[in-house]
Amino acid sequence: MTDRDNAQSYGARAYWRANLKLTAVLLAIWFVVSFGFGILLVEPLNRITFFGFKLGFWWAQQGSIYMFVLLIFVYTVCMHRLDRKYDVHEDPDTEEPRGD
Amino acid sequence: MDVQTLTYLFVGLSFALYIGIAVWSRAASTREFYVAGGHVHPIANGMATAADWMSAASFISMAGIIAFMGYDGTVYLMGWTGGYVLLALLLAPYLRKFGQFTVPDFIGTRYYSNTARVVAVASLIVVSFTYIAGQMRGVGIVFSQFLNVDINLGVMIGMAVVFMYAVLGGMKGITYTQVAQYCVLIFAYLVPAIFISLLITDNPVPQLGLGSDVADGSGMSVLDKLDNTLVGLGFGPYTEGTKSTVDVFAITLALMVGTAGLPHVIVRFFTVPKVSDARRSAGYALLFIALLYTTAPAVGAFARLNFVETVHDTQYSEIDPWFRSWEDIGLIGWLDKNHDGAIQYGPGAPFEGRPSFSEARGLLGERKVVNVPAAGPNEVYVDRDIMVLANPEIASLPGWVIALVAAGAVAAALSTAAGLLLVISASVSHDLIKNTFARQITDRQELLYARLAAAVAIGVAGYLGINPPGFVAQVVAFAFGLAAASLFPAIMMGIFSRRMNREGAIAGMVSGLLFTFCYIVYFKFVAPQHNSADHWWFGISPEGIGALGALLNFIVAIMVSWFTPAVPEQIRTLVESIRVPRSTGEVSGST
Repeated sequence: MTDRDNAQSYGARAYWRANLKLTAVLLAIWFVVSFGFGILLVEPLNRITFFGFKLGFWWAQQGSIYMFVLLIFVYTVCMHRLDRKYDVHEDPDTEEPRGD
Repeated sequence: MDVQTLTYLFVGLSFALYIGIAVWSRAASTREFYVAGGHVHPIANGMATAADWMSAASFISMAGIIAFMGYDGTVYLMGWTGGYVLLALLLAPYLRKFGQFTVPDFIGTRYYSNTARVVAVASLIVVSFTYIAGQMRGVGIVFSQFLNVDINLGVMIGMAVVFMYAVLGGMKGITYTQVAQYCVLIFAYLVPAIFISLLITDNPVPQLGLGSDVADGSGMSVLDKLDNTLVGLGFGPYTEGTKSTVDVFAITLALMVGTAGLPHVIVRFFTVPKVSDARRSAGYALLFIALLYTTAPAVGAFARLNFVETVHDTQYSEIDPWFRSWEDIGLIGWLDKNHDGAIQYGPGAPFEGRPSFSEARGLLGERKVVNVPAAGPNEVYVDRDIMVLANPEIASLPGWVIALVAAGAVAAALSTAAGLLLVISASVSHDLIKNTFARQITDRQELLYARLAAAVAIGVAGYLGINPPGFVAQVVAFAFGLAAASLFPAIMMGIFSRRMNREGAIAGMVSGLLFTFCYIVYFKFVAPQHNSADHWWFGISPEGIGALGALLNFIVAIMVSWFTPAVPEQIRTLVESIRVPRSTGEVSGST
């Protein structure tokens, strides 16, 4: 292995650890808003009224879905930063030309 | 113009649009046929994914199912959206980096094994065909109800249109058609939903209308009123479920993991230019899906409220015309058990099974139901599928809205059918013919095989649509369980574990698939009399067993991998390279 390969794989490992951490945090939120608020805690939350909804019911049929969308966009932005921080982002030069 | 003419016009125009796109975007190479050349813009891919994903079941059936299940309908709402988070965070970017054409391609290469590839192809074909038969049937039903053509003729027209753009255009044709289909279907879904929300709550946004007060001066919110009304009739409250918590949990998890493992969804992320585009595209896909999925619970609740208020304790002679028109088609049936000439609605079945009618009409002009009456006071049979289709009529919306809903329902069914056909044909021509049996064929020959496979698959799908095996409707939900138990764990471990080897992956897939398959077959076909919570394992119904199957897949795969030979060095390098977006040259691309 050359020095450059070593440096690259060290960076790649740190990048991967940061990636796993981010993924774990986001999936924990994913679990709490859907399985937590929408299913396991639905009864206690239903005693709270939220804009005309029982809160547990709102999380189950509305809130969780909004959170899912938000989580993916947060992931996209954070990964974009991680890609640049560890210098593993795709090179714009090698990007294939768009068809349209 | 009457509704009939408008419907012909709308559906005809949408077909002309789809075929026009097909001719404009013909596929010239296998790369274009399988992954649209990898040039699709992330937003366009998001729309195409949304149309691919939202089938006749989402468009026609889901709001109706929620209307009658209340809180329990949550399993579909969360289950069919939450999977995109798993897909975006765990699979899509890495599979895009891997950069091949199909899901079995990844499994075959990552597990350095043609056996693994063939197991993946087998899972893919089982999952996709159970799913597709329902779509073709959906096309037939929409045609027969809105255009008064025979169901079988409807299926054949649908086949012909899909044939045009799937066989000619491949993924390229399908992608741009699906973008158009998404626009048609979301518009067709939202317009009646907005009208009905205005009608019931004075709030034009259905998502907010669901929490607003009913506009009848009672000062009650929609959900409170629905709870009260249903409890008054002897139902459970709408906002509380009847399923056990563990079952709701398992079904939701199985649907989520299954969604992330569905090949026709995964393959859409092979079509964008870059890894970062795959991430963004998943976000857009879910955003476009969420637009419909957050509207559906509102439509369901409004429809249920509307239905109860219009039907219960109303004299049949004074009932709204839509009730009779759906009775004429046989999706509503009324049996005047207490002979008071009024319709009573309540919990429990009105009579045994689906209604069968005699030729004669009753004194009030109602169709005579000949089924054996059931004990309870309920007199009305209503097919849940009509809720979305009948909503515009129930709310007395203009004819063009009804025509629009018909075009939207056809778009939803066709887009999903086409996406499924493509993954079936790609896995046959690419994974079986090109990579397993006849490695020496040229790109042109492979493209020809792909087109032939697509044509054959359309034929089989059409056959299943015309002669549906009795179990299709029951089995569609199980496609998710099977995808969850077989494909998702294998793909995820292929990315997140460098140690997972060939033996572990194959053992995991086979055991997950067999376990889930046997559990479902046992409770649905072998011993349906035992299909109740008393006999289920851990109280998990066959619909939710895929969650346990996936867990089993993970456990078996990890244990087997401890006792079998380690992964070869070049595979470790492959795994490391798919974890990093920047291309180092050896993996990306295809030709």
